[in-house]
Amino acid sequence: MSALHRLGVAETARALRARQFSSVELVQALLARADEQRALGAFLAIDAEAALAAAGAADTQLAAGDAPALAGVPIAHKDIFVTKGLPSTAGSKMLAGYASPFDATVVARLAAAGTVTLGKLNCDEFAMGSANENSAYGPVHNPWDTTRVPGGSSGGSAAAVAARLVAAATGTDTGGSIRQPSSFCGITGIKPTYGVCSRYGMIAFASSLDQAGPMARSAEDCALLLSAMSGFDERDATSAERPPQDFHAQMLAVRDGASAARPLEGLRIGLPREFFAAGLSADVDAAVRSALAELEKLGATLIDVSLPRTELAIPVYYIIAPAEASSNLSRFDGVKFGHRAAQYTDLLDMYKKTRAEGFGPEVKRRIMIGTYVLSHGYYDAYYLQAQKLRRMIADDFQAAFRECDLIAGPVAPTVAWQLGEQGDPLQAYLADIFTLPASLAGLPGMSVPAGTGAHGMPVGLQLIGNYFDEGRLLHAAHALQQSTDFHTRAPAGF
Amino acid sequence: MATFPLIRGYEVVIGFETHAQLSTESKIFSGASTRFGAAPNTQACPVDLALPGTLPVANRGAVERAIRFGLAVGAKVAPQSIFARKNYFYPDLPKGYQISQYEIPVVQGGSVSFLLDGEKRSVRLTRAHLEEDAGKSLHEDYHGQTGIDLNRAGTPLLEIVSEPDLRSSAEAVEYAKALHALVVWLGICDGNMQEGSFRCDANVSVRHPGEPFGTRREIKNLNSFRFLQQAIDFEVQWQIDRLEDGLAIEQATVLFNPDTGETRAMRSKEDAHDYRYFPDPDLPPLVIAPDWVERVRAAMPELPALMAERFQRDDGLPAYDAAMMTQSLDFARFYEAARAACGQPKLVANWLMGEVSKRLNAQQIGIEAAPVTPATLAALITRVADGTVSHNGARQVFDALWGGEGTDVDALIEAKGLKQMNDSGALEKIVDEVIAANAKSVEEFRAGKDKAFNALVGQVMKASKGKANPAQAGELLRRKLG
Amino acid sequence: MALTPQDVSRIAHLARLELQPDEEARMLAQLNEFFGIVEKMSAVDTGGVEPLYTPLSAVQDVALRLREDRVTEGNEREANQKSAPAVDDGLFLVPKVIE
Repeated sequence: MSALHRLGVAETARALRARQFSSVELVQALLARADEQRALGAFLAIDAEAALAAAGAADTQLAAGDAPALAGVPIAHKDIFVTKGLPSTAGSKMLAGYASPFDATVVARLAAAGTVTLGKLNCDEFAMGSANENSAYGPVHNPWDTTRVPGGSSGGSAAAVAARLVAAATGTDTGGSIRQPSSFCGITGIKPTYGVCSRYGMIAFASSLDQAGPMARSAEDCALLLSAMSGFDERDATSAERPPQDFHAQMLAVRDGASAARPLEGLRIGLPREFFAAGLSADVDAAVRSALAELEKLGATLIDVSLPRTELAIPVYYIIAPAEASSNLSRFDGVKFGHRAAQYTDLLDMYKKTRAEGFGPEVKRRIMIGTYVLSHGYYDAYYLQAQKLRRMIADDFQAAFRECDLIAGPVAPTVAWQLGEQGDPLQAYLADIFTLPASLAGLPGMSVPAGTGAHGMPVGLQLIGNYFDEGRLLHAAHALQQSTDFHTRAPAGF
Repeated sequence: MATFPLIRGYEVVIGFETHAQLSTESKIFSGASTRFGAAPNTQACPVDLALPGTLPVANRGAVERAIRFGLAVGAKVAPQSIFARKNYFYPDLPKGYQISQYEIPVVQGGSVSFLLDGEKRSVRLTRAHLEEDAGKSLHEDYHGQTGIDLNRAGTPLLEIVSEPDLRSSAEAVEYAKALHALVVWLGICDGNMQEGSFRCDANVSVRHPGEPFGTRREIKNLNSFRFLQQAIDFEVQWQIDRLEDGLAIEQATVLFNPDTGETRAMRSKEDAHDYRYFPDPDLPPLVIAPDWVERVRAAMPELPALMAERFQRDDGLPAYDAAMMTQSLDFARFYEAARAACGQPKLVANWLMGEVSKRLNAQQIGIEAAPVTPATLAALITRVADGTVSHNGARQVFDALWGGEGTDVDALIEAKGLKQMNDSGALEKIVDEVIAANAKSVEEFRAGKDKAFNALVGQVMKASKGKANPAQAGELLRRKLG
Repeated sequence: MALTPQDVSRIAHLARLELQPDEEARMLAQLNEFFGIVEKMSAVDTGGVEPLYTPLSAVQDVALRLREDRVTEGNEREANQKSAPAVDDGLFLVPKVIE
């Protein structure tokens, strides 16, 4: 049973139904493995007892033959989702040991689908970061090279899936936090259209950008998880009102004129020239182009498109996200929950010390930026201007989608960098350039393994679809994964 | 526009911001109860407490009430309005921001009318917007700390903002009373001022006539009409004193202390003027379709102003009476029932404004709690009208009715021997006796002294033990002496 | 337009963040570097462009969904206050608030 951890979501679900092994056996194996791999820093909390109990219950259902789709499949959640049983910290000292009285909608839906929660995964504090070096609970190491970062903010999720600690994990993506760590760790991740997954129970970073999504080892696994975790939620006023989606079926749907050899026949993939401009490192460029060539072989046609405001996405995003964050994080004041300073002279001093102690440097920086751009006299010049440019960026995508069905490019300009290498936080902002535009527009985006670049580190191919076009994204990614093995490669020793 | 007496040469300028708690079952952005008086924080759900991960979902009932108000004051109900975040730190504000409406409110414009010294006044409204109430800070000592109860947090509020159209504390009170009556009439607010359901903030400034507006100070949370007047009167004198001493008025938020009758600037919220408003990304634009507005319009009760006009037009009531009859929906219903039963609108109005109101005020009860029904009052008025009982007699009967001695008007008139003597034979006999026994007065009357005539009538009334109908008696006397 | 140390302390106060002197200095430098990046955004002509406050309104009308006025939440005070720093008979305690 030593190879159980190598199985993906679909394989595990099938094997459990076939009673090849029990969910309890699997969970036991994964708990042992998580324990061996503590040094990765992926897990922040594990509840072995609860996991084994849930696995046992799943086994009973499986035996009775009335088990839900993902019965007994172990997963773990990014610690930005609140959970009733496990502590919910958002990677922040502010919420050390915080006990939520309710489960996030995404967590509850995945549990209802039968998944077994192993624990909570490390992430950048309040999902702010792209290297997972901003967690109050220490960094996460990239399994491909433990001296390198896993990416962020869903770094714990990406590392855990890449290291085969779990078959899949949840993540959240505000400016690239699912796609970029998936790319850095060589796994598959999808950020759906804004509104597809409920934000209820996701500790808010930037409300108009935050989206939850699955991170796994294949497009198929992502499709299975996304079907379970998505859907309308009356507790989220921005949740899209539409019937439940079977993304797995959409992924398998056969295109008109497609053949076994050319499953993507007629699919037009647009390559924004701005995504292949200066700043993109040669190794990433090469890997991405080889994956694109593969897509071409599968029947897709590559066409040249333009997203002229790609560079502007950086200032626009870094105005809007901090502005919303500065307001969303005001509730952390030491009154109702979370950290409160031990020493203070009065109420004002309690607020200031509590927040100074509870928040890390990156969070403080963004609160400062957000507070400033919303403050009197600056709103129009910064926040309003950014929201107008945001519409222009969204319109650019619609123009591009008149010429193509999907947009493809790199996820990040480089492969994962060394821990501690990225000294200047503002330089890190610039590295988000390829993931920010889709986030601002609220479009679905994916990272699909596309081989390796410098230092043998993974490179991700980014696929961007039009609104609610997750099916088409997953279909293309699945086709690629049927003809390549990038996604099955595991880091040495894992 | 009416002119107002200047105070020490200054013109008073007052504008209002009124917070009316909307009478919904649940909160504006959560499913927690809005019931008043529950144990601390037992009606504060995760959304109200701003627990991590929670999100607001807006309450249709609150929006519907805002539409009702907008229609009632003749305002524009915005087809699209925006919820915005007002950011500031305060322990009773769980999220660190209040969800309110800023640039585009749901109700725009409109006006509220009322009578002041019998003259119709109209105050323009700037806007009315939906927002959430804050919790409560309990300042009595909890080991030297303040206790926070968030049951009230998230209770729907309609903040009604007036233009600075008011020119005296008396006018301010009439405006506040009219607005209070209106929201209660519409059924959108219970109007309970003790429980804070209807709270007034008054923006007060003074200026010499013709000058631009002076710097205003905002008196917060006035929860009684009496305090409102006292607070404004004190504030006006305070501001004038300062100006007369050559000192400037600084814009400030002040509190009224009912014990001292004084206002003083608040120490907290000093730096709260940079609220960093921005559209709430958790709440898309509030869209109100025309058919929704029409459905609300169709379900609206007749408005007090229109009803008052109807009472003037159809019942011939004076404007003042009509306004009094429409002071509340219950009052108007009582009036209409009694008027229908006796067909004497003016008499009904007189009784309601006089004997009835006197007792209601004395007992501090509303007309819905009056022990005398419209039908009974109508029966009594009928007996006054047909001369069966004199006005004084009727007052005694009414006392008995109110005191619960009985409900049958005629029986009470009999029992108390208050029936007027309408049998002319018996009256004629008395008149003859009085003429015979008062030769001196008769002489004086014939000499042209009206006083003497009144004395003779008085004698007749006395002899009849008050049961004679004075008019009838006078008529007979003139005939016999004429 | 560069920020001054006064700007930084004003914003830190608005945001209720106590910054140590060295933090403030670092913050000032970083904010100024940041607004350097932002400048190219200010140059763009956005005349007549509607702001995009919620992403889907780029392609469709998005209207606020309203819930019916029903009480759906009961008293869960104990669970809701489990992580509260200071509570006394159901009240959250804070340093004296002076009005």
